[in-house]
Amino acid sequence: MTATQDRPAGAGATRPEAARINKPVRHRSIPLLDLYQTAVGKKWVMAITGIALMGFVFAHMFGNLKMYFGPADYDSYAEALKTIAYPFLPKTMVLWLFRVGLLVFFALHIHSAYSLTRMNHRARPTKYSRRDYIAANFAGRTMRWTGIIVALFLLWHLADLTFGLGNPDFVYGQVYNNVVTTFDRWPVALIYVIANLALGVHLYHGTWSIFQTVGSMNPHFNPMRNPVRRGFAAGFTIVVIGANISFPLAVQFGIVGG
Amino acid sequence: MQLKLKVWRQDGPEAPGRFETYDAVDIKPDMSFLEMLDVVNNRLVEAGGDPITFDSDCREGICGTCGVMIDGQAHGPWKGAATCQLHMRAFRDGDTIVIEPWQAAGFPIVKDLMVNRASFDAIVSSGGFISADTGAAPDANEIPIPKPVADSAMDAAACIGCGACVAACPNSAAQLFTSAKLAHLNLLPQGQAERFKRTEAMVETMEQFFGSCTNHGECHEACPKEIPLDFIALMNRDYLKSKLKNRKLAGQVFP
Repeated sequence: MTATQDRPAGAGATRPEAARINKPVRHRSIPLLDLYQTAVGKKWVMAITGIALMGFVFAHMFGNLKMYFGPADYDSYAEALKTIAYPFLPKTMVLWLFRVGLLVFFALHIHSAYSLTRMNHRARPTKYSRRDYIAANFAGRTMRWTGIIVALFLLWHLADLTFGLGNPDFVYGQVYNNVVTTFDRWPVALIYVIANLALGVHLYHGTWSIFQTVGSMNPHFNPMRNPVRRGFAAGFTIVVIGANISFPLAVQFGIVGG
Repeated sequence: MQLKLKVWRQDGPEAPGRFETYDAVDIKPDMSFLEMLDVVNNRLVEAGGDPITFDSDCREGICGTCGVMIDGQAHGPWKGAATCQLHMRAFRDGDTIVIEPWQAAGFPIVKDLMVNRASFDAIVSSGGFISADTGAAPDANEIPIPKPVADSAMDAAACIGCGACVAACPNSAAQLFTSAKLAHLNLLPQGQAERFKRTEAMVETMEQFFGSCTNHGECHEACPKEIPLDFIALMNRDYLKSKLKNRKLAGQVFP
């Protein structure tokens, strides 16, 4: 019925005067695979891996609250992580699945951020001599820096408390002892506090951005100025970062391990 | 009023740009920003100089032709106003005003403050239309459309394509423009037949010219039509659907 005239996709896209910021999408037989070639698709990947990493960061914080119950509780919690779903599954299997999953999520989150950053720099070759931001806040504009700080901190954190490098009192399996002896040194405690503040700034912009990226626009949930999104982002950040920062401080002030 | 203008001058797309300072004298507070530039240009021409090149057409905020960065804000300090709707009473006597063109790889500079927005045409021609039979126009109210839907589509259709969203975005992203062009068709019954093909084509064309969204919201603040960010969320959603949906079933009422 409709006389559809098929126009070439992206007519004029090859005009020489316009810059090519992103390569044209090569359409595959499975369209879902096209997604990662586009910025909108990469933002979806970033949002979904972001949700998974938020889940991890929350569970990590929640589990570590056990340190306030004393060495026996804390060490047995760490031991129990190795025996999730045991005896249905072999010991440490679920733990390794989580670790592999986290590595994949981190890799995708970082790669999509890197490639979008490159794309955005190509899109704005000449900067303005003067720019007054109205809506862009500190958290949003420092995402790349806070992300790098968190990634570097993560390497340090693994070396410190998983591999036991740099802590002379580290004993494999004695988690409470390891946490207390490492946080007892004030420069280490300071690193943890600073890195967690950076994580908090990153989480705040990331958390509320997820709603936008996954297309939440229902006015019942997003009334004007988005108090629900902003409130959730702020609440999540304060809970996670507040508890995380309390750990090194509790050791420093002798509340834990004193 | 007496003002100092620091204006970006660039002889051609490939030429290097530079700032030049001009005095704007005898400016009245009720002049529009473009009238002020006209006055400065008249003096420049009388003195045998090269006038400042800038785009403008209707000068009543509906055509989307004008637009420059004024003191670091697209279309200047007034919210919901294009450059032509900005009046000189927004400034104080003796101010120095910095005027720059839109800066984006997708908007090559033609000359001085004038940029080539052909990339917007490329986005629209890749899908910003509906295919309709020719012949007598159908009755306007033949298809019932709920009032909130019509309002929302109208909000999206208010986009005049000036490019302020790209200019204001730290990433030179055209998400607000593209999502508005998508939403005003994708929200309405007439736009459904080509909805996913359109979304796919327009997003993928956009990304050949412009950066990606980092959810700052600068575009909405700069937009002379105050188009909301919700349309970007809708575009993100429809783009994923364009890759996931079984289009053989797209004619069903409840997708």
